[in-house]
Amino acid sequence: MNTIDPRNFQSISEASVSVEIETEDMTLNIGPQHPSTHGVLRLVAKVDGEKVYNVEPVLGYMHRGYEKLAEVRTYPQITTLVNRIDWVAGFSNEIPFIAGTERLMEIEAPERAKQIRLILTEMARICSHFVFNGAYALEVGALTPIFYAMEDRERVLDLIESVTGGRFHPNFNRIGGVKPAAGSGPTTKKNIQDLPVGFYRDTKLAMEKVIEAADKFQNLIGGNEVFHKRTKNVGVLSKETAEAYGVSGPILRASGVKSDLRTQTDYLPYEKFEFEIPIGQNGDCYDRWDVRTREMVESAKIVLQAIDDMPSGPLQAKVPKVIKVPAGRTYVRAENPKGEMGYYIVSEGGLGPYRLKVRTASFSNVSILPVMLEGALLPDLIAIMGSLDFVLGDVDR
Amino acid sequence: MTDVLIKVGFVALAALNGAVIFTIMDVKGASWMQRRPGPLHVGLRGFIFPLAEILKFVQKEDIIPTDVDRPVFKWAPAYVVVSAVSLFAVVPLSPTLVVVDLELGVFFALAISSLSTIGVLTAGWSSANKYSLMGGLRAAGQLIAYELPLILAVVGVVIQAETMSLVGIVEKQIEWGVPFAFSGQIVAFLIFMIAATAEMMRVPFDMPIGESELTMGFMTEYSGIRFLIFYISEYMSMFVLCAVASTLFLGGYHLPFIPTEWVNIYGPISLITKTLILGFILVAVRWSFPRFREDQLQNLAWKFLIPASLLNILITAVLKVVL
Repeated sequence: MNTIDPRNFQSISEASVSVEIETEDMTLNIGPQHPSTHGVLRLVAKVDGEKVYNVEPVLGYMHRGYEKLAEVRTYPQITTLVNRIDWVAGFSNEIPFIAGTERLMEIEAPERAKQIRLILTEMARICSHFVFNGAYALEVGALTPIFYAMEDRERVLDLIESVTGGRFHPNFNRIGGVKPAAGSGPTTKKNIQDLPVGFYRDTKLAMEKVIEAADKFQNLIGGNEVFHKRTKNVGVLSKETAEAYGVSGPILRASGVKSDLRTQTDYLPYEKFEFEIPIGQNGDCYDRWDVRTREMVESAKIVLQAIDDMPSGPLQAKVPKVIKVPAGRTYVRAENPKGEMGYYIVSEGGLGPYRLKVRTASFSNVSILPVMLEGALLPDLIAIMGSLDFVLGDVDR
Repeated sequence: MTDVLIKVGFVALAALNGAVIFTIMDVKGASWMQRRPGPLHVGLRGFIFPLAEILKFVQKEDIIPTDVDRPVFKWAPAYVVVSAVSLFAVVPLSPTLVVVDLELGVFFALAISSLSTIGVLTAGWSSANKYSLMGGLRAAGQLIAYELPLILAVVGVVIQAETMSLVGIVEKQIEWGVPFAFSGQIVAFLIFMIAATAEMMRVPFDMPIGESELTMGFMTEYSGIRFLIFYISEYMSMFVLCAVASTLFLGGYHLPFIPTEWVNIYGPISLITKTLILGFILVAVRWSFPRFREDQLQNLAWKFLIPASLLNILITAVLKVVL
């Protein structure tokens, strides 16, 4: 996918002015304002009746220049920015950045802080998959599930809010630990606030509800004959193609590759918990939906285990008052709800990074669209696009 | 002359009221199934919701884009609404309470219901919008494909009833003692309901509108009062087709165990109750199914519904001759 190629611009300008209808093929502009493009993705599709035979994604309508902005900010300020990359799971964006900075500064966050991070990351994953479930059903034409999904997600968002004070953009991680929680805890001047009162009880209830909800979706959406017809054997992505295009996350796992950075790297203490990595067999739209829905249950199980076995201790490691990162470079990657997210941090010893490169999951995942949409039908185009579950903030940054 | 005017007024009012009742049922059904508080609790338990909806559309600007084919664009909603309203003329509320009891009532109903195709197709074509065009073409293909099973399903009923007049069909059902849906025409009834859902372009057959694919299909460029006409006529045709279905298959105005002298009183109530029950099934289907793909929809019509309805005609005809 080469969007800077001038030839592409030519075809785009053709598309936007042509009002007359050709008899053989038609250039259809899908987006940037379209109900199913998850924001402002634009697809320039050549269609012959209902058949799509050439699709060109056009990116950049949502470019906010976070990589450049990060160069003129200090490290603690950058967490606010990276929160907004994938806004559906804001919390998980902070983790790899903080982990990278800590690695460069050679600070180890306390056990308890790490576990809180882990719990909230999994909650963010659950939220993201809830949104996917609702939105995907909407895209194949079922109007009801999104209301159930949003209602169930609210419980989890409330928990995130009770700890961090924010629903979508928590801005909760600090270098060397986490922010003292915003909720009401037993506070004295010396005792900084920890997790809010009743957090364990509420989480337990909410996670049981999540498992219930995932089961509900398996019946409500997955048990629907029409949904099967719309998604099975549609948009089949082979293992080899997926790997060649750098696709990651649930999409890669749906194609049958058992790849999960949670078990492969150590950015958070996942090795303490037992969980399964759901994988699919066919790599079609149904598998991609199924993998995400099963992942919700696994995430809920991780959270349940984590609150049962909570280490005590401080929330913050000893960190200098003015955070200066020694010169060096590092790349930390993490398993985000949408796939692999990585931060390449280059430090020259100042208050802020010299260069910050963000590798986002959705960007690589969207790159597979032209391959997958070749020869698809127009309704399949929407089904396939929805099954990739991208967020435009995550694509354009 | 006044006679005709009264009849026209009655048809228009009945169809409009039916549409409003079905709109209320649809939004309330949706909010009940989706646990939305809006149309369930706000404003007289949600009953003035459709009024707000209508007022909203009326006071909006009627935008006509520059490139559209103006007269065609402006007239397109009229075809749809005329088709829905005039269908109501032949539906009997009782043996005497009927606008016109045509000898060829069934034929008229089916012919007039396919008039809406013209409106939808012209709306899609004249909008100068690719999404509208695709929606219009999809609608045309779909309406042609589903017109056939609709007609063929009714042929079974006509054979059994030996008449094409809608009053005659109901009288025949009274004679049989059991509505046709439960005395030999159950397959035809199911085919009729499926095909009628496709005719109304409701989920799971709403590809012509398909808001996640074609934004709003053939209605994309419409706004204000013209959009409202499309919107209302969808519910009108839903109401009328359900009324036709309950007349053809569920005994229409007839109620058992009640003396037939009172038919002018209980007839309308009986018919409307049956219509509402059928409508409720459509509402429940709408809010629980995803939509089919265009090719799957065509396959369903040509490969399953049409052969099944032909088979139904054959069996009905054979049984008619034998019995």
